[in-house]
Amino acid sequence: MMATTHPLTPAMKRHRRARQRRGALYLALLGIGLVAPFVAYPVFLMKILCFALFACAFNLLLGYAGLLSFGHAAFLATGGYVTGFLLSSHPGLAPEVGILAGTLAGVALGLVFGALAIRRQGIYFAMVTLALAQMMFFFFIQAPFTGGEDGLHGVPRGQLFGLVDLSSNLAMYYFVFAVFVIGFAIVQRTVHSPFGQVLKAIRENEPRAVSLGYNVDAYKLVAFVISAGLAGLAGSTKTVVFQLASLTDAHWHMSGEVILMTLLGGVGTLFGPLVGAGLVVSLQTQLAQSPLGNWVGVILGAIFVICVLSFRSGIVGEIQTLIRKNFK
Amino acid sequence: MTFNKRSLVSTVAIAATVLATGTAQAEMSDDAVRIGYLADMSGTYRDLAGPGGLEALKMAVEDVGGEVKGVPIEVFSADDRNSADVGANTVRGWIDQQNVDLVAGMVASSVTIAVTKVLEEANGLGIVSGSAASSITNEHCTPNHIHWVYDTYPLAHGTAKAVVEQGGDKWFMLTADYAFGHALEGDVTRVVEESGGEVVGGVRHPFPTSDFSSYILQAQGSGADIVGLANAGSDTVNAIKTASQFGLTQTGQQLAGLLIFLNDVHAMGLEATQGLLLTTGWYWDMDEPSREWAERYFARVGRMPTMVQAGVYSSTLHYLNAVEAAGTDDAETVRARMAETPVEDFFARNGRIREDGRMVHDMYLAEVKSPEESTGEWDLYEIKSTIPAEEAYRPLGESQCDLVSQ
Repeated sequence: MMATTHPLTPAMKRHRRARQRRGALYLALLGIGLVAPFVAYPVFLMKILCFALFACAFNLLLGYAGLLSFGHAAFLATGGYVTGFLLSSHPGLAPEVGILAGTLAGVALGLVFGALAIRRQGIYFAMVTLALAQMMFFFFIQAPFTGGEDGLHGVPRGQLFGLVDLSSNLAMYYFVFAVFVIGFAIVQRTVHSPFGQVLKAIRENEPRAVSLGYNVDAYKLVAFVISAGLAGLAGSTKTVVFQLASLTDAHWHMSGEVILMTLLGGVGTLFGPLVGAGLVVSLQTQLAQSPLGNWVGVILGAIFVICVLSFRSGIVGEIQTLIRKNFK
Repeated sequence: MTFNKRSLVSTVAIAATVLATGTAQAEMSDDAVRIGYLADMSGTYRDLAGPGGLEALKMAVEDVGGEVKGVPIEVFSADDRNSADVGANTVRGWIDQQNVDLVAGMVASSVTIAVTKVLEEANGLGIVSGSAASSITNEHCTPNHIHWVYDTYPLAHGTAKAVVEQGGDKWFMLTADYAFGHALEGDVTRVVEESGGEVVGGVRHPFPTSDFSSYILQAQGSGADIVGLANAGSDTVNAIKTASQFGLTQTGQQLAGLLIFLNDVHAMGLEATQGLLLTTGWYWDMDEPSREWAERYFARVGRMPTMVQAGVYSSTLHYLNAVEAAGTDDAETVRARMAETPVEDFFARNGRIREDGRMVHDMYLAEVKSPEESTGEWDLYEIKSTIPAEEAYRPLGESQCDLVSQ
């Protein structure tokens, strides 16, 4: 109330306008998300949403804390396998319980990996995460419950809260959409909180953050665990959607793919991972069914090279710069 | 992005057709027979199935005139990139959006198992030509798929038994350290012991491995006559190359490759592979009808077909003939018709489809020729003996498949 009686400074006005614009954008996207399954194939959209959530989790770490993890596939796969195993070995178990367990498994693994990896910086951090993820890959290949190379199949989708039958693609879509919105909201809140500010400070200049008295390691670890948990959530949801968990999710290619999605869409932007995941998944799906099928890897690689060479801030990053330049 | 309108329209159309025809058997769904070919088109398994298999499928479609019962046959394909979720999603999309009637190809076993679960749920039909795992028609059997070309059971039994009978009774196993390798190793060990041989040692290598030197040295020091390779693809190729560099075959030991394709032998060359014993479901130069078909294939593709590519042709033709005979593309009816008809063509001898979905047919034990014996680029195998259809595959009595009445 006080604010309305006082004249607003131009900075406050700008800030408020920016917030209104952002609110309008969120509402518009929410609307698109709700209508989308009537226009496009729901399973395809669910795939995009799962990978977008995974990329958002990764982006939280790389874009806001400046930590390049090269082992995020381990969390995706752990979430997926735990959920898949629980749901297929306990028929009748509600899918939300399975997903919760998968997410918690991601969190627990994130705690272990994080505690080990954040002791090192830069390329050493990336290598430590890669090494740990490869150990998980080996574990998944050997463990009897994962089905090894064959994977875990026929995971039932089940009844959500015992009420909603998820075997219908439409019901499943709205559930996945809700999971994505929750995950996205967690990332959004983390980034815009004082905690997120500290993360950005660490990213920009770690020694300075230390000299200001922040316990940098604790901040990094919490960011790592949130990111791992969200990646686990993405993996669990993906398993319920596709009714299978396989080694593809644990392979280091997957860790590379999520980097590709994030960089392509725009690292350090909230919507970048969503756009990047949408683009990569669509390209893979479309190319796989076209005469260019043999060239999926080459085409994605070429796009990646072009992106890194000519627009480094990614698609969303470039759009933001354009808007900032032209619509002050 | 693909739009859902089409599938909505076709669903309505199907519903209308079903209502209109009432109890009469539905004929061709939406006036076309649609075949989707799913395989690794760009990765490790590209050469054994891949684009060549698609070409073989198209040959089968052309050979029936591009239509059955007056409706056109549509063929589309996708790359599964050896990923179970990509494969399962693609097929789910084909079923939901394109009304696919038959899914053909299917190479990596993990992809195949995932796809067959989707087919079972949607009551579709699939014919597996590329996969090795015998579990596909054992614990993972469904009424909605058929396994056509080969599986690990005859590979282990055919090769191992023959080798022991030829006097190779002391074995050393080189095994890929994961489910497929363990299963194959177990099968081979059992066969070797049953045939009176013994396994004197073994080593498991990580999957995949590029440096086999330490394993080959162990094999050389083991005192075994035979080194059994319970691995596949690039692992087998690397192991054979290393064995050749270390002169393993020159020192009196012999390699037994359990899963080897024509394209592997072609790629490694006869120098490295000569004398290798292997089991195959078909070989292009084994008799006149095979040669005739293979020459036609060669004219189109420029390579000789593998057993998988030949199997894609054979199975597609058998399917299309069944559709023609049944007058419908309804999965259940066609599947029943296919099982009633014996499979007898250039590819399959004494073939029939069992209730677990296994197409049993004669298998062959082959030996890779030496460079001196070979008369051409593709003259690679010599067929040593035939394993009769009824002996080649897992007996139904040992089956864990729910469809088999015990």
